[in-house]
Amino acid sequence: MKFGVIQFPGSCDDLDALNAAKRVGDAELLWHGERDLKGADAIVVPGGFSYGDYLRAGAIARFAPMMETVIDFANDGGHVLGICNGFQVLCEAHLLPGALLGNANRRFTSRQVELEVLNSGGSFTRACALDERLSIPAKHSWGRYYADPQTLAAMDNAGQIVLRYAPGENFNGSVHDIAGVSNERGNVFGLMPHPEHAVDELIGGSTDGLKIFESMRMTVEGVHA
Amino acid sequence: MPDSAVLPTAEDALALGLTPEEYDLVCEKQEGPPNLLELAMYSLLWSEHCAYKHSKKLLRTLPTEGSHVVMGPGENAGAVDVGNGLVCAFKVESHNHPSAVEPFQGAATGVGGILRDIFAIGARPIAVLDSLRFGEISDAHPSSRSRYLLDGAVRGIGHYGNSIGVPTIGGEVYFEGPYEQNCLINAMALGLGERERLVRSAAAGSGNTLVLFGARTGRDGIGGASVLASAELGDADTDEDKRPTVQVGDPFEEKKLLECSLELLERGLIVALQDLGAAGLTSSAAEMASKGEVGIDLDVAKIPLREPGMQPFEVMVSESQERMLCVVEPANVEAVKALCEKWEVNSAAIGTVTMTGRMRVFDGEELVGDMPVRALVDDCPLYDLKPEKPTAPIYAPPVATLAADTPPREALLALLGSPNIASRRPLFEQYDAIVQSRTVRRPEQADAAVLALEDESGLAVSIDCNGRRVAADPYTGTVEAVLECAANLACVGAEPLGTTNNLNFGNPEKGHIAWQLTESVRGLGEACRALEAPIVGGNVSLYNEGATSGPIYPTPVIGMVGRLPDARKAGRLGFVRAGDAIALVGPFVPSLAASELAKLHGEALPDGLEEIDIEAIRNAQIAVREAVRAGGLASAHDIAEGGAAVALAECCLAGGLGASVELAGIAAGMMANLFGEGPGGFVVSGGEEELRALGELAPVRVIGTVGGAALSIALGEGSLSATLEELTDAHTSLRELFP
Repeated sequence: MKFGVIQFPGSCDDLDALNAAKRVGDAELLWHGERDLKGADAIVVPGGFSYGDYLRAGAIARFAPMMETVIDFANDGGHVLGICNGFQVLCEAHLLPGALLGNANRRFTSRQVELEVLNSGGSFTRACALDERLSIPAKHSWGRYYADPQTLAAMDNAGQIVLRYAPGENFNGSVHDIAGVSNERGNVFGLMPHPEHAVDELIGGSTDGLKIFESMRMTVEGVHA
Repeated sequence: MPDSAVLPTAEDALALGLTPEEYDLVCEKQEGPPNLLELAMYSLLWSEHCAYKHSKKLLRTLPTEGSHVVMGPGENAGAVDVGNGLVCAFKVESHNHPSAVEPFQGAATGVGGILRDIFAIGARPIAVLDSLRFGEISDAHPSSRSRYLLDGAVRGIGHYGNSIGVPTIGGEVYFEGPYEQNCLINAMALGLGERERLVRSAAAGSGNTLVLFGARTGRDGIGGASVLASAELGDADTDEDKRPTVQVGDPFEEKKLLECSLELLERGLIVALQDLGAAGLTSSAAEMASKGEVGIDLDVAKIPLREPGMQPFEVMVSESQERMLCVVEPANVEAVKALCEKWEVNSAAIGTVTMTGRMRVFDGEELVGDMPVRALVDDCPLYDLKPEKPTAPIYAPPVATLAADTPPREALLALLGSPNIASRRPLFEQYDAIVQSRTVRRPEQADAAVLALEDESGLAVSIDCNGRRVAADPYTGTVEAVLECAANLACVGAEPLGTTNNLNFGNPEKGHIAWQLTESVRGLGEACRALEAPIVGGNVSLYNEGATSGPIYPTPVIGMVGRLPDARKAGRLGFVRAGDAIALVGPFVPSLAASELAKLHGEALPDGLEEIDIEAIRNAQIAVREAVRAGGLASAHDIAEGGAAVALAECCLAGGLGASVELAGIAAGMMANLFGEGPGGFVVSGGEEELRALGELAPVRVIGTVGGAALSIALGEGSLSATLEELTDAHTSLRELFP
C-alpha cells in the first residue's frame, strides 16, 4: 500500500501527512507541477496554503498539473483524502460537494476538537466504530462547511456526512456541525481537522487520527473490519 | 567621484538622521561630500539600528562562549549544539516601531524577518515565540488603541507563522501604562540544522557572482531603519505619515524562499548567504563584504523591480520583504537560477565580489556610488553612554484598580483575571502550535514549550521579562528575567544551552535611560555567566518612547533554549493525581514590592528590589530539573506574577484538580505569603517522599495535598477557598476581547 502526498509550494502539513501515512504503509511526496502519481494507491491532499491562497483557498491549486491527474484518478474510483486546505482544494475541484467559508469567529482558530463518526462503513472510517468519538486538532481560518439544503439532504441520505463536531465543538460555524464529508461514490473524503496531527501519544496526546490512515490502508488492501 | 547633479548638504544629512559630526566624518571618509545615494547608504548603516552605536561597547561585556556554542553573535543567528551533529539556531528580534504604526504588517514582517535570519544560516525554522507589550486594556481604564494594537499584532503573527508552516509554540504578553504609545513586538525563532552544513554570511572569492533572489524590489519600507527604528515615535498624526515606511509581508513568497534557500544549501550551490532586512540591500551587501574583507560591485539596473522609474538610491535602501542575497561561484549561477525557477522565485545576478575593498554601485554602465566598505560598516563612531541614576521616579504610579483593603479571596480572583495573569488562550488559539509534528508541550501545559527531536531528546524554550520589576531595579530585575527563563526550563526538565536577548529601552542619550541600560546589561551578563547560558545573539531596540507616555519600562526580553534527554519525561505544570503532596521548593523570599498586587493597588514602584542569591536559586533549579528528569515529580511550576497563591491556582486550572494547602510563615504578613513575588520559588506535586528528597539541594516545605474541586488555602489566622469554576471564570477574562 502506497500513499502519494501532494506537495504544493505553500503546503505546510505535507511532511506531517507523509509521516502519518508511513505509520501504516509506504508514502511518497508528489510535486504539484508534475503529473505522475508514481504508483500511489491512494492520494492525500495535505493542509497549508497551496499557492498562498490569497484569492480563495484552493481556487488556484485545483488547476495544478498534479491535480488534473488526481481528478482523473478519483473519477476512476481512486481514493483521495483532503485535509484542511486539501478539503478546500477538493471542493474547488468539485470532487466533493459544498464549500468552505470563513470561520464564524472570523479568526484563525486552533483547537483540539471531539468528532463523532456518523458513518463507519466507508473507505476512510472503517477502522472506527459507529458513534465513536475521535479527538483530533483543527486549525484554520476558512473551515465553515456549507452546502445548500437539498444537497445536504441528499448527502445525509447517502451517508456522505461522515464526521460531525461533537456538541459544543463546532467553533467554525459549519452547517449541521459537519466536519468531514465524502463524495457520493465514497472514494473521495475531505475533513477540516487534521488526523495527521493525532498519530503519536507524545505529540498531542491522541492517536485517533491514525484510524483514518488505517482505514484507507484496509480499503486499498481489501481488508474488512 | 561619480556624477551627481546636485550634492546633498549637511542639512539633508541631518534630515536622514546623521549628526553634523557624523556628516563631517562621512565627508572625510569619502574625501569630499557624498552624493545622495552614498549619503542614504551611510545614514542607514550608521543608524542606531544597524551600527549599535550606543550599545556595542556594553554588549562586548556579555559572555558569548560556552561548551555548547557553535555560532555566537555577529552572524544572522546564534547556534548551539544539540547532539547527533545537529544544532539549534535561535534569535529574538524586535519590530516595535513598525508595529506601533501598523500592527498587523509590523508584527507579520517581524516574524518574517526573524525566520529569514534562521534559514540564512542554513537551519530549518521549527518554532516561533513572541514577546508583546501594550498599554492597559483592563475594563478599569481601557485603551482602545492598545486593544487595536493587540488584536492587529496577534493576527499579524498568526497570519505569517500559520501560513508559512512554522508553529508558534509560546510567548508572553504584559499590559502596562508606559507601553501605551510605544508597544513592543519581539519575535523569536528557532531552527534546526546540520552542524557541518551551516553557512556564514561573509562574502568570499574574487570574481564570484552575487545573486539576489526572492521578491521583487519596490518602494515599500524605504528608510525603515533610520526613520522608524532609530528615533522616538511622535504623535499620531506624524506616525500616520510613517505608514509607507512599514513593509508588507507575503508569507507565501517567504515559504518558497525558505524551501529554495535550504535546497540551494543542501545541494552545495552557494558560498555565502544573507537575508535582506533593515536597510535592505545596502546593509546586506555591505555587511557580507565587510565580514569577508572584500569589495562588491553591484548593478541596480539588474534588480527585478515592482515598478519602473525607481531611483538607484531607492533600490539600494528599499526594505521590500522576502529577499535573500547569496554569493555563487560563476560555474554554479545557472544551477542556482534553475532551482529558483523550480520554486517560482525570482533571481538575478546583480554583481560580483572584488578585491577593491570598496562598495561600488552602478546603474548600467554609470557608476552612481563608490564607498570604502570599512567606512560604511566599521567606521561609524561608537558613543559612550553617560549613565546617571535618576534622583526622582521616572514612572508615574499605575492607576489603582483594586481597593487596598480587598480581602484575600477577592484579591486572588482579581489577580487571576488581571490582564497580566489571565489565560492567554484567546491569543494562542490564533496560532498553529502543532505543525511540523514536534510539539510535546504547548502553552498552558508547561512552563516552557517542548519540542521532540528525532532521537527522542527534547528542546525546551522560554521567553520572558517582567518590565515593571526591571524598572524598579534594572540590575536585579534583569537577573530575575534570566532566572525566570531558566526556572521555566527546569520545570520541564531542561538545562540551559544558550540565551538570546532583545534589549528594548528608551532614548540612550538620556542619562537615566543610559543608567537602566548599563545596569540591565550588567545583570544580564552576571546571570548568564552564573547559569552557564551564554548569549549567542540578540538585538537592541532603543528610542522606545512615546511623546506623552515617556520611556517604556526597560524591557530586556530574554529567550533561553535548553535540552532534556527524554522528551517523554517533559514536566507539566498542572496537578495530575488527587492525593499527591504539594510542596514549595527553593529559596523563595516573597515580597509585595513591585508585585502584581501592588500594581492593582496603584502603588508606585519601589527604588530597588531585594538582593538575590543566584547560586542558591540555581541549586533549586537543578533540584527541580533532576527530579523532573527522573520522573519523580507529577507537576512543576515556578512562582511568578501573583505569588504562590496564583501559582497554585494555575496548577489547579491546568490539571482540573483542586488543592488544600497551608500558606503561612513564609513571609511577613498574610498578603505577602499569598501574593508576594520574588525569584527562586517552585510549586511542585508528587509523592511526599520524592518531594522531601529535593531537600538535599534546596529548601522544601510540604504545604498540602492535591484533590477536590476547590483551592483552599489555610492562612494561619484565617482561610480562603475558591471553586475551580470560580477560578476559571476569573482566569478567562481576556476571552471577551476576542469575540
